[in-house]
Amino acid sequence: MILTVVNRIGRSILVILLVTIAVVALLGLAPGSVAQVILGENATPEAVAAMNAELGLDAPFWSQYTTWLGNAVQGDLGTSPLTGQSVSEAIGERLPVTLQLAVMGLTIALIVAIGMGIASASRPGSALDRSTNALSAVFLSVPAFIAGPVLIYFLAIKLQIFPVMGWSRISEGLGENLRSAFLPAIAIALTEIAAFHRLLRTDLVGTLRDDFVAAARAKGLSSRYVMFRHALRPSSFSLITLAGINLGRLIGGTVIVETLFGLPGLGQLVASSITSRDVIMVQGIVVFIAVVYVCINTFVDLSYQVIDPRVRKVAAA
Amino acid sequence: MSQTAIEVAITDTRKEASADDSRPVVPAPRKKRSILVYLSIAWLVVLIAAAVFADLLPLASYATPVGKPRTTPQLGSLDLLLGTDTLGRSMLSRIVYGARVSLVIGAVAGLIGFLVGSLTGLLAGYFGRRLDSVVTLVADAMLAFPPLILLLALASILTPSVPTMLLGLTLMVIPSFIRLSRANTMAWSSREFIRAARNMGAGHGRILFKEILPNVLAPLAAFLPIIMAALIVAEGSLSFLGLGIPPPQPSWGGMISDGKDAIATYPHLVFVPALVIFFTVFALNQVGDHLRAKYDRTLHD
Repeated sequence: MILTVVNRIGRSILVILLVTIAVVALLGLAPGSVAQVILGENATPEAVAAMNAELGLDAPFWSQYTTWLGNAVQGDLGTSPLTGQSVSEAIGERLPVTLQLAVMGLTIALIVAIGMGIASASRPGSALDRSTNALSAVFLSVPAFIAGPVLIYFLAIKLQIFPVMGWSRISEGLGENLRSAFLPAIAIALTEIAAFHRLLRTDLVGTLRDDFVAAARAKGLSSRYVMFRHALRPSSFSLITLAGINLGRLIGGTVIVETLFGLPGLGQLVASSITSRDVIMVQGIVVFIAVVYVCINTFVDLSYQVIDPRVRKVAAA
Repeated sequence: MSQTAIEVAITDTRKEASADDSRPVVPAPRKKRSILVYLSIAWLVVLIAAAVFADLLPLASYATPVGKPRTTPQLGSLDLLLGTDTLGRSMLSRIVYGARVSLVIGAVAGLIGFLVGSLTGLLAGYFGRRLDSVVTLVADAMLAFPPLILLLALASILTPSVPTMLLGLTLMVIPSFIRLSRANTMAWSSREFIRAARNMGAGHGRILFKEILPNVLAPLAAFLPIIMAALIVAEGSLSFLGLGIPPPQPSWGGMISDGKDAIATYPHLVFVPALVIFFTVFALNQVGDHLRAKYDRTLHD
């Protein structure tokens, strides 16, 4: 057990190292060096070379990488040459918005998906099951850049229930804040609903065939009681895993809705940094997102082994 | 986001492969094709035909205006069937030529990813040990980038064009194929006929390509439509952010992005390309699900 934990964490550290090497190497590939961006198009080659030396960009790759890694471990991801803001500070400022969007989107998705999953697993193959499956197939095919504009058109422009765009901070009132986050959260949630529904349906159908469910039914318990008290919990492990993993993915996946709805989150920062060729900022955020994603994955994997004894057995075998 | 569909499909496989009895199961008796699958195939055939024969169709050029800007869809002229965009160009023509971009990107990136990923996964799953741990490590590292972020990072250093998008999108799908192919290979390697072949003196090459590959190929190919759907969504997302195919070449995501500011007064500017993307992604997912249910023996309900 302890060995698997150590193993898993060791692997994750390796993955993170690979990711950072790849990202730092990307910086070296960028056409028009950072110095060129800072000094402008008309800078002389000598001035660019001097700036490169000052920034330590003329050193060999590995020495650049170790310097960068040393700083990064201490929380210093560099400073944007364009805005003068430190990357960690910018991330700290933007992260809460993205995090709120991701958590809201996932919560909505989980609530809807559990309802749909129970509805379709109760009677596999029934008309209800088939229509729920069709609905979930529809949701799976609506990416955020389609869901966003369509939601804006019907709910914000036609019915005017929600603001078309913009973000209200929690300090401006929780109600306003939730209202401004609702449409983007739905736009994110649609594909997640489909994914969660499929997974939960498969697992629930499997659990409902188990002997202990038959035993519970034979005791005379109502279908509802069997579903909620006996079947739902053992069927939701992989659902929780997927939700955890997708939280990590969504932290990097809200770019579309943030740009569309004009929300001051991490994704919008990445998109605008790319347009202004602020490579240091892009590099810092990409590393941050990838590391968070790997950490969440590792944590989910490990906690899964703690919660569900069956996984431990398989892993040991 | 686009990756979610892929992820779901893979999670299914992984779960089956790691279960106690990792042997492939004989598939359930043939399921009837639903009407949705037939409709999906029909839509894809029409779309592919339109994209292939775009130059032969009686359509105006996608780059020149054919009428007043933002004309709403109307019957009569073929060019005005779906209306015109903000510059007065035919929406139908732009959709058809945009289909070329989406389908070429989906097919080429999907196929290259399929070839590279399947082969790597095959070798890793068969030889195991060192090779397997290195391959899974690299695949894990590639999957640690949320897909859109990987594409954005590439867009920041490369100028957007069809080849650079193909590069990024191929990188995005390779790890999915590696994992799927690895899981399938491991499931088949433990079968008796593999041991029999080995006992009869077959070398690694023969076992890999004559015994395992034919079995692994079908489920992986069945996965291709789902990957293509994810690729079309990813291309659309990039174009939507203005980091995809550069204008004047039309792309569906770019059309939505162009029209979104005028959505209040001219909703067709967004709804036409949005519906086309939706139908295409839906159709590919349906066909993929159908094929997987039929050919992927690591899946069973």
